[in-house]
Amino acid sequence: MRAFDPELAEIRFGYGLSPHVAAPRDATAMLARLQGPDTMADTYPIEPFDTFRLRMIEVAKAAQIRRKNRGTPAAEAAKKRRNELNAAARKDGLTWAGHVLLRRIWTEDAFRERLVAFWSDHFTAHGKRGVIRRATSPYVQEAIRPHITGRFEDMLQAAVTHPLMLDYLDQSQSMGPGSQRAQSKKKNAGLNENLAREVLELHTLGVGGPYTQTDVRELAELFTGLSFAPEHGFVFRPKFAEPGPETVLGQTYADDATVGPVRAVLSDLAAHPATAAHLARKLAVHFVSDTPDPALVTALEAAYRDSGGTLIALYEVLLNHPSAWSTELSNIKPPQDFMCSALRSLAVPQDLLMRFGEKNMRLVFSAPLTRMGQEWQRPIGPDGWPEQDSHWITPQGLAGRVEWAMAAPEYILRVLPDPRRFVDDVLGARADDAVRFAAAAAESKSEAIGLVLMSPAFQRR
Amino acid sequence: MTSPMSRRAFLQRTGFVGCSLAASPLITPVTFAATPWEARLVVIILRGGMDGLDVVRPYGDPALRDLRPGLGGGPDRGAHDLDGFYALHPTLEPLMRMWGKGQLGFVQAVSTPYRDKRSHFDGQDLLEAGTDTLAGVRDGWLNRMLQAVPGLTAQTAYAIGRSDMRLLQGRADVANWSPEAELGLSPQAQRLMDLVTERDPAIHAAWQEAQLLASLEEEAAVASGKQRKGAHERIADFAAERLNDEARIAAFSLNGWDTHKAQRNALPRALTQLSETLITLRKRMARDVWDKTAIVAMTEFGRTARENGSGGTDHGTGGMMVLAGGAVRGGRVHGDWPGLQSGDLYQNRDLMPTRDVRAHVAWIMRSLMGLDRATLEGSVFPGLDMGNNPGLLL
Repeated sequence: MRAFDPELAEIRFGYGLSPHVAAPRDATAMLARLQGPDTMADTYPIEPFDTFRLRMIEVAKAAQIRRKNRGTPAAEAAKKRRNELNAAARKDGLTWAGHVLLRRIWTEDAFRERLVAFWSDHFTAHGKRGVIRRATSPYVQEAIRPHITGRFEDMLQAAVTHPLMLDYLDQSQSMGPGSQRAQSKKKNAGLNENLAREVLELHTLGVGGPYTQTDVRELAELFTGLSFAPEHGFVFRPKFAEPGPETVLGQTYADDATVGPVRAVLSDLAAHPATAAHLARKLAVHFVSDTPDPALVTALEAAYRDSGGTLIALYEVLLNHPSAWSTELSNIKPPQDFMCSALRSLAVPQDLLMRFGEKNMRLVFSAPLTRMGQEWQRPIGPDGWPEQDSHWITPQGLAGRVEWAMAAPEYILRVLPDPRRFVDDVLGARADDAVRFAAAAAESKSEAIGLVLMSPAFQRR
Repeated sequence: MTSPMSRRAFLQRTGFVGCSLAASPLITPVTFAATPWEARLVVIILRGGMDGLDVVRPYGDPALRDLRPGLGGGPDRGAHDLDGFYALHPTLEPLMRMWGKGQLGFVQAVSTPYRDKRSHFDGQDLLEAGTDTLAGVRDGWLNRMLQAVPGLTAQTAYAIGRSDMRLLQGRADVANWSPEAELGLSPQAQRLMDLVTERDPAIHAAWQEAQLLASLEEEAAVASGKQRKGAHERIADFAAERLNDEARIAAFSLNGWDTHKAQRNALPRALTQLSETLITLRKRMARDVWDKTAIVAMTEFGRTARENGSGGTDHGTGGMMVLAGGAVRGGRVHGDWPGLQSGDLYQNRDLMPTRDVRAHVAWIMRSLMGLDRATLEGSVFPGLDMGNNPGLLL
């Protein structure tokens, strides 16, 4: 009978084995930790978006001063101020990336970090121009992390109406063709379907879901008015709202030019059976296998339905299902997870990473991730990173991993662990003779560590 | 604490650069089987949905101005007149020479069978699968074409760049490489990598290929003098180098076409990449190779005929294909023009497709590689009716 295995729990549902952090005893302990206090967020803080937007206000102020005082020393000073603000946000962005790494390296509750990553990817968003480009970590901290065990609907509401999402999917400028604003303005006033389409296709029903182009259009009209301003965060602009009721999936939503009908349609979409099916499959694929056991998907779907979309109920099913504990490792770790589990296996000390500096973070973290095919916080589209293994097992991706695995650990730590002990620490029961031999036979410690990290038992989970 | 170091120093410190994989005994010797044809085919996937109506603007259609008051416009607004009806986006000025020589052409109002949901991801999957539906299809049309030709090697076709090229996935062997990936290991570490990955066929195969391709790329880099260029130019460099040699097919993608907002700024960025890519291919390919080459750039769908409220356009249906190379019949805009009056549009919003883009590609492969119609309509594009020859090649 396949059942809970502490090592497998860390490998499949966390960021791999750590030589210092004990693996969870059982599924009950994992679920209890997940619902307990979020200690990692306190230890390694990340600025919430509501604080980040003060930076946006400052940048906007500087831009205004520049516009009004062209060619004067005041404009020059404002330009300097803007550049400083941008540089500070860039530097802080890398610090937050470092905190994300530290949370994953040192947590006893690694499943929480994996879930945050999973849902951040489900609700992929990043700012497009100016200082907001650095706001992805603050968005995740504010709109995703607090909701991972609660109701899916709450996360959906938070993410879809979040300033970062409204910016990313062009919603903030979308106006109903019959709106007050479009009527008074001749040029560049009209509807933008981007967010409405992705909410149906990616966030809720899934691309196979029962919606049509008309539903996309109606939802886009219903969404008009969703916007944001740095001074307030999210705002609803009644003048942008399309007058008249809209009908989405056969349900008609009243016309009252407030955010109310938007909340209502999101609530209905969260409760839709197609959303349950879409999320159930996605979770199973992400955590278990590209071709998950249909019984697991059905059980997750039922848990979603029966709990009214409460996510902790899905995790309980997932962690107690026999097919989640297949002893054979399946999914390939995407580059970010590969890198984080390597850092966890090496127990990279917090002081070292915190003093690492911008240049070093680029050298050993962001630049190599890009070479492996997963630029930090920049998936190619709103559908996030691909799940299928074939996307990640490519010669160029593997070359990037080899290059990093053989050189980065030594660069970061200076003193590497004994490779012969490292094999067992990081692979546990999954160390085989070939990798043990390689770890002992390599010409240098750095190559030996790299070979262990490149072994299939480390690359898969 | 670690002191700051340059990337090169970081690599040198660990003995990482300077060992050529070409000399390694681990490299599988490359066998060059004779391909049954000499022509070259380059397929570029333009991801995001290129706005064909803004790239090759039908300024002779009086409805254009009303649909797009802020976008586009003909020669009076800086576009290059092509034939009195269409005008080329000003950003593509560097390609006018190629157009004048008859080595650049376009096909308007084409699409895949994909309709109505207008999802990028499904649209691209269908474009690359080359079928009517995605149900049960796992391979791409370019791979199925290779399957139909006996005796090819993995080096006949290249999928280049970091992006997944579904159109080349399938049973036939294809080489994959990204010019950005670097690899350099001691011979000992290479042998041990072989040992460690041996029991995982997928990882092992990718590793073997990485070693082989690293050596090929090193040669290409030496030949080109190693200047730092944009990723798209390095991809084009690498493609040209391979095509000058034994490769016959290359495929890669260019992103950045999803212009929902401020298209006047967003589209020129993507167009510059396209034009630099085509020019690099022409410059780096040997003259006699270029003369035998057809380059086809295609996109998952066109965009709405009307501009939207943010100075951009939303996902549409009928789109445009770009043709280049010495083998194409350029200097003209092919395709049946459906018109832009509201009755002419698809669902009163998109350019009406007048022909399946697959039919054009099938005719190109028919002429270029001599594949028979039954293979093209039966296995490469199952169920397609190729119709009459549109005469896209010389």
